[in-house]
Amino acid sequence: MTKLTFIAHDGTHFDVDAENGSTVMENAIRNAVPGIEAECGGACACATCHVYVDEAWTAEVGEPEAMEEDMLDFAYDVQPNSRLSCQIKVRDALDGLVVRVPARQG
Amino acid sequence: MTNITRTDVLIIGAGPVGLFAVFELGLFDMKCHLIDILDRPGGQCAELYPEKPIYDIPGWPSISAQGLVDKLLVQIHPFKPEFTYNRMVSSLEKLEDGSFRVVTDENEVFEAKVVVIAAGGGSFQPKRPPIPGIEPYEGKSVFYSVRRMEDFRGHDLVIVGGGDSALDWTLNLQPVAKSVTLVHRRPEFRAAPDSVNKMYAMQEMKELDFQVGQVTGLTGADGQLSSAIIKGPDGDVEVACTRMLPFFGLTMKLGPIADWGLNLHENMIPVDTEKFQTSVPGIFAVGDINWYPGKLKLILSGFHEVALMAQAAKRIISPGERIVFQYTTSSTSLQKKLGVHD
Repeated sequence: MTKLTFIAHDGTHFDVDAENGSTVMENAIRNAVPGIEAECGGACACATCHVYVDEAWTAEVGEPEAMEEDMLDFAYDVQPNSRLSCQIKVRDALDGLVVRVPARQG
Repeated sequence: MTNITRTDVLIIGAGPVGLFAVFELGLFDMKCHLIDILDRPGGQCAELYPEKPIYDIPGWPSISAQGLVDKLLVQIHPFKPEFTYNRMVSSLEKLEDGSFRVVTDENEVFEAKVVVIAAGGGSFQPKRPPIPGIEPYEGKSVFYSVRRMEDFRGHDLVIVGGGDSALDWTLNLQPVAKSVTLVHRRPEFRAAPDSVNKMYAMQEMKELDFQVGQVTGLTGADGQLSSAIIKGPDGDVEVACTRMLPFFGLTMKLGPIADWGLNLHENMIPVDTEKFQTSVPGIFAVGDINWYPGKLKLILSGFHEVALMAQAAKRIISPGERIVFQYTTSSTSLQKKLGVHD
């Protein structure tokens, strides 16, 4: 199991055990993390699972691919560390990953 | 007098479940007309994830969403359904004779004996951009579509977005507007490369301005914009703005369905699981828009729902007629309807 931490907009921490191969978004939904809507169900077809990757983790998580960049155009307050959490796959190297939930999704 | 289009069954929504309803209703000789807010059939399958594979359609280990829509269109072709696209149904009322009158947002009038709501997650509508305080300007100086180019003549126009709509309107409105500023959060575009090249060429000629950034604030009064604040890589820039066109894609909203006098359950329409009928007899709801205990929002559940709904619809349209249960595999009468019997 890989540990993930979601920090909700109000500062609440959600520490969850995630299975490798699942997406960060799926773990947010399973654990009812507030502020992750995932309207399209993980098809990279909306921008409602937007998260900010903690600065310590941006290099390991990596950059969004072109399709995800296109979708990020529709997100609120996009920053250099913005990602769509449905496009981040959980793996051993992400053990301890911290992501922040934005004030709103679009 | 307005033209009235009459049909047996009016289907609201042309997604996979609405399309398959045509098949099941067609087997019982009911003629269907479908209305959809998009410009083509397929609903979410066509709009949100056409290329994505679906793995839980029985008999298809994997089929793309658009592939499924295409196959459904072939399957319902024998029943000659009619389609009205780019329209939202704005009102639905029951007439004295028990039939229904449906009016679209362009005031087209339809009358049908049965109405089937297959509206999925609601209607696709332009997404409100993440700009604080935009609401009071909407419909007055902020618009999500261009109805008449003349409305933009002589204005300082700010267009926000990086897709084809944003680029096309930047190019088309440039000769009409006083000034055009295109705002996109990065220098890469989703639009056709030809349009992007044209835009850069016009920027070179100082015929328009392209700003990399995100709109973070608006100034103005009484719904009339005067400027927009753009947060870019080098800080904030204020640009003159008396008209704004944000293009931030589409989202699904329940829309006018909430005003049709139907019982609702958390933005879904409760139905029974025998007929999939709503709280108003003669109005059915199928697919993602309906709710009943145990409901799963799966395309395959929607397919099951329309088969049962068709039986109930037939009883309304042909009261007293005996309904014979038949298989397409063996029934010559069904095969004639499908055009496969020689």
